[in-house]
Amino acid sequence: LAVAAGKAARAASRLRGGGSALPGLVVETVDPRFLSNALADLARGVVVVTGTNGKTTTTKMLVAILREHGLTVFTNPTGSNFTRGVISSMLAEIPLSGRLRADIAVLELDEAHALKFASSVKPTHSLLLNVARDQLDRFAEIDHTAKLLADLAEQTTTGVVLNIDDSFVSRIAGRVPDGVTVTYFGVDPSIADRLPELQEADVRFEDEFTPPRPSDADGLLKPHDERSFEVRFGQTERVGPLVLKQRGLAAMINATAAVTTAKALLAKEFRQSGAVAALERVEPPFGRGEVIDADGQPLELVLVKNPAGFTVALGTYGNAPVTTMVAINDNYADGRDVSWLYDVSFESLREKGVALTSGVRAYDMALRLKYDDVAVAEVEPDLGVALERFLTAYRNEPKRIFCTYTAMMALRRDLATRYGLANFGEDPA
Amino acid sequence: MSANKGRIKIVHIYPREMSIYGDLGNTRALASRLRWHGYEPVVQQHHPGNDFPTDAHLVLGGGGQDSGQARVEDDLAHNADVLRALAADGTPMLMICGMYQLFGNAFITVQGERLPGIGILDVTTQGNAKRMIGPVVLRTAYGDVVGYENHSGSTKLAPGQQPFGTVRSGMGNNGTDATEGAVTGNVFGSYLHGPLLPANPRFADALIKLAVERALCALFVPGLIDDEIADQARTRQVRRLVRR
Repeated sequence: LAVAAGKAARAASRLRGGGSALPGLVVETVDPRFLSNALADLARGVVVVTGTNGKTTTTKMLVAILREHGLTVFTNPTGSNFTRGVISSMLAEIPLSGRLRADIAVLELDEAHALKFASSVKPTHSLLLNVARDQLDRFAEIDHTAKLLADLAEQTTTGVVLNIDDSFVSRIAGRVPDGVTVTYFGVDPSIADRLPELQEADVRFEDEFTPPRPSDADGLLKPHDERSFEVRFGQTERVGPLVLKQRGLAAMINATAAVTTAKALLAKEFRQSGAVAALERVEPPFGRGEVIDADGQPLELVLVKNPAGFTVALGTYGNAPVTTMVAINDNYADGRDVSWLYDVSFESLREKGVALTSGVRAYDMALRLKYDDVAVAEVEPDLGVALERFLTAYRNEPKRIFCTYTAMMALRRDLATRYGLANFGEDPA
Repeated sequence: MSANKGRIKIVHIYPREMSIYGDLGNTRALASRLRWHGYEPVVQQHHPGNDFPTDAHLVLGGGGQDSGQARVEDDLAHNADVLRALAADGTPMLMICGMYQLFGNAFITVQGERLPGIGILDVTTQGNAKRMIGPVVLRTAYGDVVGYENHSGSTKLAPGQQPFGTVRSGMGNNGTDATEGAVTGNVFGSYLHGPLLPANPRFADALIKLAVERALCALFVPGLIDDEIADQARTRQVRRLVRR
């Protein structure tokens, strides 16, 4: 009954063009055991990917590598990373028996929902990416977020993959139960000086923490230049060199996390060439550095959610300034408190200025930029009006939009209609 | 604006431990506005263990995590007399959230443990299981003030203690008596992040005026600042949140 009710809700919400979580909510209400039942038979287990930044990109990369190795993978590709979102995406693939037909599930989950999920389904593996300040109105404190990840690690039955460079994450190794394997990913010691590009340091304290020594199973990122890199395992084993479609060091470390996890999951079946081929084909997820052809000019859509993410995004694109719009909403999924904008430095936008700020908090964003002496040409809170003006006034130049989650969803929908793009949640790969 | 009307020293206390909700924005806002008014701002950070700069003209503090508060307690106790003397001498101070609580008499944890504050503000805070989170609008001596609160402590003002403002929307000190923050002399405590000062320039300039007139023994001569963007940001929040 739950599956049928959910499928009906899914059909109804697609007719409305509505959100991805509603059908999941229907099923969750009708049958609370739905998840454990659906995921009970997966031979290769259930992998949960969580952490503050990079969940969607890393999940997509991991799924691509596993599929390249011939596995049938269930995943939640919409970035709808609450439990309800997982159920919603399952409804498309599940037979009425309620048992999912796949070898393995790879699920991107928000930190709080990962734990909620684990209370009904114990993950066989978890990949814990990083901890940063994010939506403090929901998680209250980063110490709390770190604890959520540690609690998830305790619930994991087979293997945990941890970020060796993030002390909040790597120290979770001490909480992993006996018999559960710990694997690390991180940056090669030769580029340790670039770590500040990947994580914020200002709210951390100099603890008496010594990072663990990597073993031969642990994957370390070694960039060759701005685009090309390899992942090193021990003295001799290498995955790469390879070049991703998505730019930046953050995308490279996400790929390193995905490769390390895939290798741990596949063991002897893992093929270096397969991993490289899969990663080189992965398109950036919607709104995460996705490039849209807008009247013959590239338009980049960059999701920003928290100080670390916005700082990384500005660093990634900073050396190629283009006409810029910033769209800030303050709905629940965006984080209702916009204070965090003051923990990001916008100086890299100063030279070119910002064409438009938009969203519910358009004026707060313009005010923030003013305090960094970044000129703002126009403030237009209405996203549709702002997008129209941005696309027409700057028609013949490359453009970039930094946007929070619900602003991105609205803009992406508008852009999909204008330029005939795939709709959100219908991500082809 | 190149004319230098004088040098003003802003001291931001515990920026590493007690600034997790963008409260650094208050320091940025004051430094920028001082410059726009034609003064020369100097910002000094005070970290635990360092000598406290007794020549401060303006002192700012923010909110942190419990682990951050634990790291500053000893230093704050060590410098309590210096801060009390500066406050008594009329030095303007703005303490947000966690530092507001520590400037009070005490914080009583959920378990009933009493953690002493430095008692500049006559308030006492009781730890709660439930957090008070959301956007806020206040009526203050500086007009409507907007911000964002996120605290589990419930603060009570002692009889006679003036609040910073009256709640028009949100929870405020405790969610029951419609007070928000506290003011004693030129020392202001408030739960409002946002950060507080950028979108509320009238209050920011009031702090600047107090600092300038005490530091330079001369009248504050404001420059011409276009606050249209700040006024839009604030009035839009007021319109969204306050039901008429």
